[in-house]
Amino acid sequence: MANYNLRVNGKKYEVDVEEDTPLLWVLRDHLGLVGTKYSCGIAQCGACTVHINGEATFSCVLPVSSIGDDKVTTIEGLSEDGDHPVQKAWNEIDVAQCGYCQAGQIMNAASFLNKNPKPSFDEIDEAMNRNICRCGTYHKIREAVALAAKTK
Amino acid sequence: MAEIIKTNRRDFLKLAATATGGLFIGFYWSGCDSPKMQVLSNEEILAKATDFNSFLSITLDGDVVIYSPNPELGQNIKTSFPMVVAEELDADWSRVRVLQAPLDTDKFERQLTGGSGAMPHSWERLRKAGATARHLLLTAAATRLEVDKNSLTTEKGVIYHKSSGKKLNYGEVVLDAAQLEAPDEVIFKDPKDFKIIGTPIKNVDNQEMFTGKPLFGLDFYREGMLHAMVQRPPFGMKIKSVDDTEARNVSGIQEVFVYDNNVALVGSSTWPIMKAKKLLKISYEPDGNVESTADHDRIFKELLDSKEARVMREDGNVDVAFKNASKVITSEYQCPFLSHSPMEPMNFFAHVKEDQVELIGPTQTPDSARVQTANLLGIPKENISVEITRLGGGFGRRLRADYVLEAVQISKKMEAPVKVTWSREDDMTGGAYRPAVRYRFSAALDEEGNMIGYKLRGVGMNAGNSVRQDNFPSGAVENVLIENVNYESSVTTNAWRAPITNFLAYAEQSFLDEVALEVQKDPVKFRLDLLQKAKNSPVGSVNYDVDRMIGVIKDVAEKSNWGKNSNVKQGFSVYFSHRSYVAQVANIEMENNQPVLKKIIASTDCGIVVNPTGANHQVRGGIVDGMGHAMFGNLTFENGLPKQKNFDSYRLIRMKEVPEVELHYVDSGYDPTGLGEPALPPTGGAIANAIFAATGRRLRSQPFVEQKEYSDMNLEIRRG
Repeated sequence: MANYNLRVNGKKYEVDVEEDTPLLWVLRDHLGLVGTKYSCGIAQCGACTVHINGEATFSCVLPVSSIGDDKVTTIEGLSEDGDHPVQKAWNEIDVAQCGYCQAGQIMNAASFLNKNPKPSFDEIDEAMNRNICRCGTYHKIREAVALAAKTK
Repeated sequence: MAEIIKTNRRDFLKLAATATGGLFIGFYWSGCDSPKMQVLSNEEILAKATDFNSFLSITLDGDVVIYSPNPELGQNIKTSFPMVVAEELDADWSRVRVLQAPLDTDKFERQLTGGSGAMPHSWERLRKAGATARHLLLTAAATRLEVDKNSLTTEKGVIYHKSSGKKLNYGEVVLDAAQLEAPDEVIFKDPKDFKIIGTPIKNVDNQEMFTGKPLFGLDFYREGMLHAMVQRPPFGMKIKSVDDTEARNVSGIQEVFVYDNNVALVGSSTWPIMKAKKLLKISYEPDGNVESTADHDRIFKELLDSKEARVMREDGNVDVAFKNASKVITSEYQCPFLSHSPMEPMNFFAHVKEDQVELIGPTQTPDSARVQTANLLGIPKENISVEITRLGGGFGRRLRADYVLEAVQISKKMEAPVKVTWSREDDMTGGAYRPAVRYRFSAALDEEGNMIGYKLRGVGMNAGNSVRQDNFPSGAVENVLIENVNYESSVTTNAWRAPITNFLAYAEQSFLDEVALEVQKDPVKFRLDLLQKAKNSPVGSVNYDVDRMIGVIKDVAEKSNWGKNSNVKQGFSVYFSHRSYVAQVANIEMENNQPVLKKIIASTDCGIVVNPTGANHQVRGGIVDGMGHAMFGNLTFENGLPKQKNFDSYRLIRMKEVPEVELHYVDSGYDPTGLGEPALPPTGGAIANAIFAATGRRLRSQPFVEQKEYSDMNLEIRRG
């Protein structure tokens, strides 16, 4: 066990965990931030997507020991009141079915739009292809990303 | 037309002032001894506050709270049920708050998500709840204003007396309404006056979902709660020995123990348990059939030729029909086992106390979880409470309570609250799959190309009845023989979204395409001719409505410009399941000699569409799901274990693999039927038939991408 000082959503946290503990489980089991979801645990589905210094990252395979001073942002910290343009677009398009994958989808989309504010549909599909939605909301996800790009 | 509906005396109404000055109107569907309302004191309400769950409550300010009893797994029932109540109540939707009700079968009867059955079961009950409340509020207002009740109108939670210009909001008369007796009959709105039903109301959980609030079972944590995982045996195996030395040495592990052929690991958090689980050294020995996919393939072929089969339907005389036929067509179709793989793996919280049990988590069938827990522990089910969280998908897997009982057993052993979490690997290897099935179809054709005989035999691996003998084309063919053979495999199976029909529809609709093309008939006209025959001179009884099926076929043919553009290769499919009718056309365009799957057009008859957004989600999602599993899904076995253990080898459809989807609805005016399942079955057939039209290759097994016919066709999937 070792102590790690983390910066998550602008707050400082200290956790005492094994060095190989994935950030996902630190967030969920130790910091009470359960918006970041577990689904595959092997970086295949994107449900666990967070931002590390703004970059969409799979937290299920990211050991806590590798984070250091990097800034972690989770769905809980994406905006103050849930009013990030991507969150607003997700509501406007009414994207979700079961909703379990959507936090990861939103985090991926938000990071993607920061880098590519005016994407084509093909670029949206390419960027969002790393997140699985078992309910099949892909059409609405594309629509919502396009809307967020327009309203940003 | 507005309808007058008798209220059942069992539809008990209960009103009570709340601690905060509000008022509950509880509608109990059954199990109550008195039809009179009760006004409870604040103290009584406080005492009952934890288990008082009703369909709706109205505060003195006029805010409306509606409880949704059924588990929400993405089918949108938590939004669409309250819409129906609010419609008849004439509530202001912006002032409606929706809460998930816990399990209480006395009040809600059917608290189950499965079979697309929630809406057909509850449509009238929900309307009655809203209409009864509105009736009472109007009666109270009429007395207060000293006017005739019939001179009052309502709109968005406000009661108007037009000629005097007076108005009262619902909150102002709700205390008076509480003193009234439930009416014997209420008037339902004319559907043409619906203001909420038929409009795209947004999902009531959006804000929580999109900001990461704890909603799902896996998000449930409690102070002092232990975490647990379970290592289950391969199918047909039992534990011979366990060496848990290394597992126990992992920091954070509290206990490792064997129970019922499983090894349970308990600890203070999830990650140490995941690590320890990989360090378990378990040796297994056979305890029944240890099967591989090669065994299943062999068994299918043997049982398709077996003399023993259960006859599910027999019309006329197929032997004579096939003897007299001028042509006979026979084809076989096969589907693999599939994992449900909801994005949220199985998990449940249990706290077994001395004589009470608290259960919290994602289940499609909370009552079954409770009854099985009661049986396991030998306690009355009344001592068990079940709180239903939002479900991160279900697809039928959460109709089984195995993971609930694991939490119960581990909590009992540890004498502590426990949450059991399945890893993705546990979820994929832990059983209860969509069964693998193989079908043999035969058609006997006369000289004019009429189908005079039809035979179908299904062989399933723990599939129960793998045929739907009263579905189309039964009723349209004189001589029919439909048989079923069930093989008892050691691999466990369970309902999987649109059970049986999720594969049968593809096989049947592909075979009918083969027959139509063999007799050189247009596939749409071929089916319409058969349906006309089923209408004019039906053979035996059938379970589908011929006119409604014709309705969606004609609609999708028109909307898809069926057969009108020679550059577009089209595949047609239609299916009736779970009370709804869905016809689909898949469009493949040839670009530089390469087939490109561009679009699927669907026409659905589910009666009244309650929420167009929700309906579109279910139909589009069903199509994407049906397509993904037809194209890619495959669970194969070696020595009793699935070879695919996670999403790196078990392929789910992704963003770049979906074509455009165009949705249409046939307005038949019938009461609404469910949509969680019916759009999925037709999709595989529409795609396979389009692939045949484009390439001449007939795909007779799923998943398509693993068939040798598919390997060199270079099919691309692209949206416009």
